[in-house]
This record gives sequence, C-alpha cells and structure tokens, in this order.
Amino acid sequence: MIRPLLIGTALVTLAACGDPQSNIDPSQQTGPNPLLPEPSEELVAAVGVPKVVGWKPGETPVVPAGFKIEALATGLSNPRMIYPLPNGDVLVVEGQREGSEPIDRPKDPVRDFIMSIAHGGGGGKETSGPGGGPPQRITLLRDADGDGKVELRKVLVDHLNAPFGITLVGNELYVANTDAVVRYTFTPGQTAISAPAEKVIDLPGGMIDHHWTKSLTASPDGSKLYAGVGSNSNVQERGPEAETNRAAVWEIDPKTGAYRVFASGLRNPNGLTFYPGSNTLWTVVNERDEIGPNLVPDYMTSVRPGAFYGWPYSYYGQHVDPRVRPQRPDLVAKAIPPDYALSSHVAPLGLTFYTGSSFPAGFRGGAFVGEHGSWNRTSYNGYRVVFIRFAGGRPVGKPMNFVAGFLGPDAKARGRPVGVAVDRTGALLIADDVGNTVWRVTYAAGLPAVRHA
Amino acid sequence: MAEAVAERFIRPISIVRHPIYNIFLPVPVVCFIGAALTDWTYLDSGGTRFWSNFSSWLLAAGLVFAAIAGIVLLIDLLRGAAANHVLGWATFGLLLAAWVVEFVNSLVHARDGWTAVAGPGLILSVIGALLIVIAGWLSRDALEFVR
Repeated sequence: MIRPLLIGTALVTLAACGDPQSNIDPSQQTGPNPLLPEPSEELVAAVGVPKVVGWKPGETPVVPAGFKIEALATGLSNPRMIYPLPNGDVLVVEGQREGSEPIDRPKDPVRDFIMSIAHGGGGGKETSGPGGGPPQRITLLRDADGDGKVELRKVLVDHLNAPFGITLVGNELYVANTDAVVRYTFTPGQTAISAPAEKVIDLPGGMIDHHWTKSLTASPDGSKLYAGVGSNSNVQERGPEAETNRAAVWEIDPKTGAYRVFASGLRNPNGLTFYPGSNTLWTVVNERDEIGPNLVPDYMTSVRPGAFYGWPYSYYGQHVDPRVRPQRPDLVAKAIPPDYALSSHVAPLGLTFYTGSSFPAGFRGGAFVGEHGSWNRTSYNGYRVVFIRFAGGRPVGKPMNFVAGFLGPDAKARGRPVGVAVDRTGALLIADDVGNTVWRVTYAAGLPAVRHA
Repeated sequence: MAEAVAERFIRPISIVRHPIYNIFLPVPVVCFIGAALTDWTYLDSGGTRFWSNFSSWLLAAGLVFAAIAGIVLLIDLLRGAAANHVLGWATFGLLLAAWVVEFVNSLVHARDGWTAVAGPGLILSVIGALLIVIAGWLSRDALEFVR
C-alpha cells in the first residue's frame, strides 16, 4: 500500500512539475514577435479572478498626465459596446448572455461558477429582459454641446437577445444579437425606435454559445457587413460539429442576407474595425486558455481575406496545440501568424483607431484596445486600455498603458473595460461592463502629453 | 483487559445485519475500472470526446462513492468492528490511495482534449483501477464476519 502511494505522489509531482514560465514578463509577449514558451498544462488550471467592488463616488480610472477622465454615464447595466453617431449622439449596447451552457463534464459547472465571480457584485441587478433577465437594450446618450455632460438619456430599443455589435450604414442601424444580425430603420437624431427589427441573417447561437459576443462593422463603402463569430469552446472540446462556421469573421451582404466565411481560425474575434481610409479590416482576438499563464498571447491583427489563423489546431502560425485531435497538418500548414501580440490572457474585446484631432499628434491613426482582463493566470494581466501607435497603417512599438486603475491597489476590480470608441470631439469613450459606466477621456490642451513608446 | 478485547463483538454499521460498507465499495470498483476502459477507448478512437467525457463522469461518481465507503470503513475500524484489523486497515489504505490517485486523475481529465487522457491520464486510471480492485478483493475478509 505504500508503493502505490509513492507512485501516485511521483506522478502528481510530475504532472505539477515546476512552472518554467513564471519568469516571462508580459512585455516580452507584445509586438510582432512574442516570446512563446512551451505549452504546460497545470494540474489545476491557474485561476485569478478579482472580486468586483465597483466604483465608489469620485473614483475613476487613471489616465496619463495631461488627460482627464470622467464618467459620461453611470448606473448602466453591463455596457459592452459604444457607438458614436454622426450627429454626436452615443449609443451604448447593454446586454449579456442569459442561461448557462449545457454540462458535458463535471468541470463545466465548476468553471461557470468561477466565471460568475468575475461578473458578480458590480451592480446590474435591474431586470427588464423578456424572461425577467437582465436588460438587453441600446441606450442613447445625447451630449449636444460636447461638454461631457449628458442632457438626454433614453432607451432606444429594448428586449434584444444578448446584443454586442452595432453599426450604422446610411439610415439603417444594424445590431448583432448573439443569434442574428437585425436591421432597424433609423435616422440619427431619433431618440426612439418603434418599428420592429428586420432580420438580415441568422448567426450561430444555440445552446452552448460559449463566446457569445458578435462584433459587427461595415465596409467603408457600406456594401458589406463583417461579423465576428467566436468559437463554442476553448480548443474544440465541445467537438468539431459545435464549431461549424465559428471562430471566424463572416462577410455578409446586407441586401440579400448571403454570407461567406471571410477569415477563419480566429478563436474569438472582437472589435472589428476598418483602418481609417483603407479597406483593411482589423480585429482583436482572444486566444486559447489552459496551457500556461503565458500562452497563448491574445492579439490584434489585420484580417486577410480567406486566411486561416490556426484555431484550434495551432496558434501563432504553426505552433501545434497538442490537445486537439484528430490533428490537421494540412490546415496547420496554411495557418498564418497574426500581426501584433498583446500578451497572454488580457482578453481584448474592444478596438478603435484614433480618428479625432484633440489628442496629441502621436495618437492619430493609432489603436486603442480595451483589455477586459485575465482569469487564467494568478498574476492579473489586462484590466486596462492600451494604445498602440501606427505608422503607415501598421502597428509600431510597444503598447502604452493608456487607461489603468480598473484594478485597485487592493487587487479588487472597480471595473473592466470592453468597447472603445472616439466621439465627435475626439474624446475616447470606454464601456466598463462591471463598473456599469461609460468613461470619457479628454486631452486638456496645453498640458504636456506623455511620450509613448 | 486483553480478554475483554478478544471477546468483544462489535457489529459493523449494518442494515439488517449486513454491513452497509459492502454496498458502497463496488461502485468505485466498477467506475474506476470503467474509466480505465473508456480512456483506452478514447485513445483508440483517435479522440472521440464522448469517451473522455465518459471517463470524467465515471471518475466523479467513483470518487463520491469511494469517499462514502472509506468513511463507513473508517468508522467501523475505529469502533473495532473489523474481523481482521490488519486486513481492515490495509483495505482502508488502498481505498485512500485509490481515492487520491483518482482525484488527481480527475484534475488531469479536466484538461481540454487529447492531453486529458494521453499520458498521465491513462496511467493514473490504470493505477487507480488496480488499487481499488485489490481493496475490493481484501475487503471481504476484513469485515465479513457478521453471524
């Protein structure tokens, strides 16, 4: 009876054997060529989920010297996406996935419980959804004089189904619910929508709907829509049949409702945005979990038509994930690496390019990325908005921590950033889903801006 | 004192004179052997996840009932209700070892995909199955003396 115990102990030690990655700094995993350690599966996946305490009155995130941050709207319910309209009104998408995923394994309820902590406690207890659930709506904020004070706040449309993406083309407002893209006839200036939605196309939703946020944007000429459809699992552990047309960016013809898979192998693509003045689509992608605290770096990339980015078979080009069977060497051979790493588990959900002119010149054309923050590592990563400078339409240098302080010094979460957008005055707007706030960052002219890498 | 101990007759925790320990132990025996078999089937299938999920549930059920069996056995042993104390404690030790091995194994099986089974997963399943089989084989002589 001693011997088997010893063998068991030896195996435990082997399985849990050291953490060779702990000496990697997240900054080594940003930029075009991130340092990639060997995959290592821990015996118990590293979990670090901060307790959510929300913002106390007067508390705000932290911005660099010369900038100012104020709440544009508070008391929202899980605001995730922001969309400034041409007339200056700002739409805020409030929604969340309802219900829980079907249980395949004893692990599933345990994971659901951990994830619920990450969203708990920050408010949003209000119920107005169709089933008595959380609000699923779009709220309009009007700040006609652009002073950062909202004069009119109104629910534009309600009772949606876990909405996330939103884009306006002419007089048509497209909203990506988790299961469909719908269209409303809408003229900026309107403060209510009474006409029913018209369905453009169904999107993969269904019972599991693991990555439920469907990002949405339109091509610069307005002729096509692009929707981000995240995977139904971490690395296909729900089976390949659950991943049909997922982990992909769809190109949709809004007139006919026809679509094609524009690019694939993108585990959870969000923040779809065309680079200003170009026909190049960009996205930020949440890469896979549970092969170590420093794998796999999440990334920002231009999306090449027809390209395959590896998921689930490989990551960062052709680094094969040992967990996925049957293997597909034919697909791995086609996988291309993304453009720019953001470091591991930061969970980028929002992306916008700076098109305003009120920030210092170095910001123009650069990217702001909302990093919702990590769960699969014990030392937190993300929980901030980073800025990445662009030159010639390509990212250059290292990311700069632009908005921080979402995690307090006590390591508890005041908020978590999601969608980012630039308003008509050139201010940066940030949706904070657990802080239930929309933040507005302005540059106080005359003060020195910090130099960024 | 020695005489008193020798002559003492303490019945194990029983229902109508049959020790309840015997009800619980077969569950982990079946589950842990089953998990080793479904692990093998998973690997043999090249990764049909139905089988690895099957293993995970077998391990979970086996752990619950092995824990109940272990607690009942421990109480019986502490009450001095074993027919053979050496065999009784040996059975308990094996049961505990099997539980620890399979608990670790269930963590390994919580990984996503092939590496949940290939390598340590299968090895632990086989070790756990062997341990629980020996525990089951010994246990009959450890407690079965109710007259």
